[in-house]
Amino acid sequence: MCLAIPAKVISVDEFTALVTIEDVEYTASLLLLSDVHPGDYIMLHAGFAIEKVDAEEAEETMRLLLEMEKHRPE
Amino acid sequence: MKYVDEYRKKDLILSVAEKLSSASKKEIVLMEVCGGHTMAIHRFGLTALLPPTIHLISGPGCPVCVSSQHFIDTAMAYSKIPDVIITTYGDLIRVPGSETSLEKERANGSNIRIVYSVLESLEIARKNPDKSVIFLGIGFETTAPLTAAAIIQAEKDKIPNFFVLSAHKVMPPVMKALVEEGVKIDGFIAPGHVSAITGTSIYNELVTVCGLGVVVSGFEPVDMMQAILMLVNQIESGVPAVEVQYQRVVHSQGNVIAQKILSDVFDLRDDTWRGLGVIPRSGLKLAEKYASFDAERKFSVEVPESTEPKGCICGSILRGLKTPLDCGLFGKKCTPSNPVGACMVSGEGTCGTYFKYRS
Repeated sequence: MCLAIPAKVISVDEFTALVTIEDVEYTASLLLLSDVHPGDYIMLHAGFAIEKVDAEEAEETMRLLLEMEKHRPE
Repeated sequence: MKYVDEYRKKDLILSVAEKLSSASKKEIVLMEVCGGHTMAIHRFGLTALLPPTIHLISGPGCPVCVSSQHFIDTAMAYSKIPDVIITTYGDLIRVPGSETSLEKERANGSNIRIVYSVLESLEIARKNPDKSVIFLGIGFETTAPLTAAAIIQAEKDKIPNFFVLSAHKVMPPVMKALVEEGVKIDGFIAPGHVSAITGTSIYNELVTVCGLGVVVSGFEPVDMMQAILMLVNQIESGVPAVEVQYQRVVHSQGNVIAQKILSDVFDLRDDTWRGLGVIPRSGLKLAEKYASFDAERKFSVEVPESTEPKGCICGSILRGLKTPLDCGLFGKKCTPSNPVGACMVSGEGTCGTYFKYRS
């Protein structure tokens, strides 16, 4: 029910953004999120963009995880 | 898919699992509060990767499952009013009420439509000015702001025939209630998308008052394993805290726009949770300012006294006290195609998930 999926922003209108999930296009409402730009990833929940995906934070989390994997005993 | 595939990599999952095995010493019980998490755990078989010291129990974070029988029965009564269109998220229509379900009422001729977004509901109201459109609002802090945004839009666009029957609820009071009731929980895996809206401070009391750690987690297998590792580290070191595993989406302050809209449109009220009873200040009702959109104020209906289905142990399952395997109806009288209790209806209900992924 509170699942949200990452979607890539293609273009932005006043109150909506055209996004793609894989190759499927969808018009997401921006009533709950501002400062959205083409190229951003947003979390799409029941038709609304509820938050942006923070690319830097994602990279940092991944870096820590890969670090953990590197130190894994063979 | 970006931000999904990389969090499903087997090697990463296994490396966190190994870390977990060496870090976990104490026997602990962690509650995954959210139905989405329950689904991920079973879908990806994560319990098989956990050391025997870690026990996961499912919590009350499936909105369809915790909606009260009275709410379902009220929706049913609304659906029988002439010139009413009921709009709802898909899962809800199969939930058995005291006597029937919305699905059956629809087959009997009631005008009940499934929507993916509350905005579709608003569109239906716009196109049918001679009908009253009632949206069944379920969901927690993630979903309630969407309903709130639709209500504000309805006011702005002057759509007087759009109404909401709210069963929206908030998460922290029920988590605290479970702890106070004595359910053995050593830490919470908290729903990522609730905190995307609310931020993390909603859980401070669980740490300061209950002494329990809370880790806000994403929904992919690597996310969940990492969140469990973070909780284990907290518990082993004896320092509970609110931490965020899901850093790529959750900021400590949350989504301020959504919080503002939510608090403008809704007020807290005491609310009934299926199987759990009344929990103070755990539900959301429309604020006075938006009373004209409130289905409860607009339509008065006679709702018979609700009865819970016989033999169903949804209540104990929602409290993490029992699993579906403890239920005599599970997989026999109660299946996804013929559900007895709400936990079997929703794809993220504990019973529905167990049924789908049972080996």
